[in-house]
Amino acid sequence: MNILVCIKQVPDMESRFKVAASGTWFEESDLAWRINEYDEFAIEQAVQLKTEVSGADLTVLSIGPARVKEALKKALAMGCDRAVNLVDEAAHEKDSFQIASAIAAFAKEKNFDLIFTGMQSQDRGSGQVGVLVAEMLGIPALTTAVEFAYADNSVTVRRELEGGLRAAIKASTPALVSCQLGLNTPRYPTLPNIMKAKRKEMLEIPVADLLKEEARLTTLSLAYPEKKGSAQILEGDVADLVDQVIGILKEKTAVL
Amino acid sequence: MKALLVGEYREGKLLETTYELIGFAQQLKAEFELFLVASEDQLPQVEAKLYLADVNEAKEYNPALHKQLILEAAEKAGADTIVFIHSSNGWDLAPRVALALSAAQISEVVEIKEDGYLLPACNAKLRRTVKAATGKQVITLQAGAFMPAEQSGAPQVEKLSITATAQTEFLGYEQAEAGEVDLGKAEIIVSAGRGVGKPENVAMIEALAKALGGEYGASRPVVDAGWAPHDRQVGTTGQTVSPKLYVACGISGAIQHLAGMKKSEFVLAINTDKDAPIGEVADVLVVADIKQFAPALTAKLEG
Repeated sequence: MNILVCIKQVPDMESRFKVAASGTWFEESDLAWRINEYDEFAIEQAVQLKTEVSGADLTVLSIGPARVKEALKKALAMGCDRAVNLVDEAAHEKDSFQIASAIAAFAKEKNFDLIFTGMQSQDRGSGQVGVLVAEMLGIPALTTAVEFAYADNSVTVRRELEGGLRAAIKASTPALVSCQLGLNTPRYPTLPNIMKAKRKEMLEIPVADLLKEEARLTTLSLAYPEKKGSAQILEGDVADLVDQVIGILKEKTAVL
Repeated sequence: MKALLVGEYREGKLLETTYELIGFAQQLKAEFELFLVASEDQLPQVEAKLYLADVNEAKEYNPALHKQLILEAAEKAGADTIVFIHSSNGWDLAPRVALALSAAQISEVVEIKEDGYLLPACNAKLRRTVKAATGKQVITLQAGAFMPAEQSGAPQVEKLSITATAQTEFLGYEQAEAGEVDLGKAEIIVSAGRGVGKPENVAMIEALAKALGGEYGASRPVVDAGWAPHDRQVGTTGQTVSPKLYVACGISGAIQHLAGMKKSEFVLAINTDKDAPIGEVADVLVVADIKQFAPALTAKLEG
């Protein structure tokens, strides 16, 4: 079995973001980078599947500049067999359609039986890339998976809908599965596996070799949200804050 | 602009979000027609053309079948803009339709701007304004971002039939097991977010809830990590609550969480980051470490 997992490296969402001079993206210096949270569940599911099925081969792919190799190394340490970096210094300027086109061009004719992605990225959150890759390759996409099972060339997924409802769906491979948070428990790489990962293959392919499409979406600006809330901000010593909060609760609510 | 609005129907019921799509089209002053996979006894109340596919034939959700039907409706309507709700089915379908139409997709619109559409970025810490570079566009709307239209009138129905082949098989729905608490009925809820730091600290939030005479809740990351059971989860995929007092402890305020608690009467948030998006819905934002603040408040209330 031939498995592909597609991951994105994103800034830590706890960061303080600064809008870049371009006005259309954030300043990338001074940010801590990590694997997109959803993609960690995708890697874990792919690694679990690889261990269940004998003779499986697992490739991890990421588009971006040199820094994404750190994310790829972690995926290798979690159990992927080889990494592919589609090298792109300006990945943040590409839209979802272009990113999906590049991945589909890479995956075409490689006969992946299963492709895993996160259901969305934490920075853009558009949730398009996985579905687009599947549509471009003409294979079914099973999205928002919170449960996954594979048997006899078919996958069964429980999709998370709203309000605690789930939908069970099934498809034959080849197929693409997009992973929701909580699908599994992503493993921490162990030290021996981190050492082993250093000897695994890391391929580099310039994105221009694969991507011929123009962007379909134009970003006009990036900005801080207008402050809609009129929250009263309280700062200071904890003991004082406690007294102030009790005063406010007594005055403004009927709960005390 | 001519819009095709893709309404939502589930388990025999038309979803209220369908009226948000109409509200969006009206705000844009766009001509619009609707598409639905539903049964004839659950039609939206609206004066507009409605392309209807029978739910027994098309099934409640099957992306390949629904895609074909939507493309057919879009062509009949002469639509240049196809609008979905950014829901589990909307975000699954929209890219398929966008690709088939060679259209740009604009995901999770929260506001219409003069020159484009406003979207959240980086966990709602930033906002991005985008526009389509293509003739046609596919748009998904953040649930709750647009005022639902008034319900009045009756649609003119045109029926569509399936011609596509399914790629996936729908096996059925499963409702997550009902838990022991119904947070929807609680008057006071104290919820734990990632800011509590470790599983043992959820007890701190539980203690504060008890001291205030309420129930404790949790954000999605806390539930996913196994620190609290699913029936405690507040948000789109958990429970929607509207207590008299909601205390958000170390919760940054992801959209999915805000959607589940923004109808609370009074919101007290405790967070180390005073710019956290929870501030958008909070009445009071205490800038403090919840690990210090919660025990101190509990002690004072009990004292």
